[in-house]
Amino acid sequence: MRRFVRQAAEILRGDPAADRVVPPTGITARLTLFTAAAMAFLAVFALALSLAAGRLADRWSEELARGATLRVSAPAGEMEQQLAAALRVLETTPGVTEVQPLTDDEQRALLEPWFGPDLPLESLPVPRLITFQETGGGYDPDGLRLRLQAEVPGAVLDDHRRWRRPLLAAASGLRVMGWSALALIFGALGAMVSLAANASLAANAQVISVLRLVGATDDYIAAAFVRRFTLRAVAGAALGTAVGLAAVALMPDTGDTGGVLTGLGFRGLHWLWPLLVPLLAGAVAFLATRIATTSVLGDLP
Amino acid sequence: MDLVITFDNVAYSYGGGELLTGVSLDIAPGSFHFLTGPSGAGKTTFLRLCYAALQPTAGEVRLFDRPAQELGRDGIAAIRQRIGVVHQDCRFLDHLSVADNVALPLTVAGRDGPAARRDLDDLLGWVGLSKRADARPPELSGGERQRAALARAVIVSPDAILADEPTGNVDWEMSQRLLQLLVEFNRMGRAVIVATHDLGLVRVAKKQVPARVLRIANRQVTAAGADL
Repeated sequence: MRRFVRQAAEILRGDPAADRVVPPTGITARLTLFTAAAMAFLAVFALALSLAAGRLADRWSEELARGATLRVSAPAGEMEQQLAAALRVLETTPGVTEVQPLTDDEQRALLEPWFGPDLPLESLPVPRLITFQETGGGYDPDGLRLRLQAEVPGAVLDDHRRWRRPLLAAASGLRVMGWSALALIFGALGAMVSLAANASLAANAQVISVLRLVGATDDYIAAAFVRRFTLRAVAGAALGTAVGLAAVALMPDTGDTGGVLTGLGFRGLHWLWPLLVPLLAGAVAFLATRIATTSVLGDLP
Repeated sequence: MDLVITFDNVAYSYGGGELLTGVSLDIAPGSFHFLTGPSGAGKTTFLRLCYAALQPTAGEVRLFDRPAQELGRDGIAAIRQRIGVVHQDCRFLDHLSVADNVALPLTVAGRDGPAARRDLDDLLGWVGLSKRADARPPELSGGERQRAALARAVIVSPDAILADEPTGNVDWEMSQRLLQLLVEFNRMGRAVIVATHDLGLVRVAKKQVPARVLRIANRQVTAAGADL
């Protein structure tokens, strides 16, 4: 562990003399750079997806969790009496607040997409709607249903839970998919950097042999390779992150009306999250190269 | 003062065949040894055992009074800073200049400051490579490569130098020059072991230093006859 920390510190500090002992290897350098850039680009989108799904879940949860609707159906002559009874029940139910019967205009606006703007509500047996919110402590929906059943038989309570549950499950699923994609992206980056490091170590067997001959420790040799691949991964990831951020920023913003895909993007401080991508890519490359070099150097005589 | 290298009943086998057996000897500080014998007799194997590139299959090799088997990787790396090695094929890092290659032991030891740079210039002058300091190793002649390898081996002032056929690829004049460098290094109180099949070189050297000649034959290391 101490060696690990020391090597990480050496990478941050840098050692130009040590860096020069490993020859620049063109193809693995370019591959590492390209892979890190591509993975960082994808990571930015996966991150945007995760955060957007999280926002959506929070919004749905917030909007649907506290609200509920009571639908009152009754013959035309009894509607006002039933409505008043329902209001009385709600106002006397602990945990219920902001009880608000929808006005005719509000109901008309609600039905307008289906029936047009001139719906004669007075002559149609349209149920009346009452919206209300629950307080922090919440209310007992089963108890409320029983009371309504006894006092307002034509009332149906819709507490939105049956809508909210699948929506939240879908949003959570999307969020998990986003984080899983991120984990896979960094796993793939680690695997690719590991392959590139192995190829580089194999190509530099002669260099390793000379370094050992002149007294270089395995840590010294490993650090030279680890530093090179880590810095390449960070540079590539920084490039990919910048391009990814630009792409996300250029996506059309549909604001609050957007769904998870059209609302893909970052809001506020979430724009800082992608800045972690190059650091994470560097950490992954550091670990992958360190494991590869330790393994290869351990196998060499 | 500790012995530099001690072989205690050492054997080494490879691929089912025994290359060395029952080898016991001491290499003292300031001594000069030649190791002779036909090709394939085990000279290189003997040298590799001397700097822990190989471990004996029986017996014990001690380097500066520490068993080589117990050194570990870092311990072996430390030993390589005390025992300089000159290979017959003079392996270099071809992407670095001659000066950087010669300074490589200092670089890996983290001792490549301005003072070391001055020592490097002196050393390159000592081996006659000052004008070739910026050249790349592939541009060097055989003799220049051998001198560069020797300079690299001595730059950290090791306690011993092991040279494997250092004159194998050079003409007689260059052989004399390389030998002279090794003799000068030995006169600084450092141990030198030179593996060679060039008996003429051995005879010339014996006129300059009290060298001990070892012969490897039939898996044994013995003192050579009086003719050497």
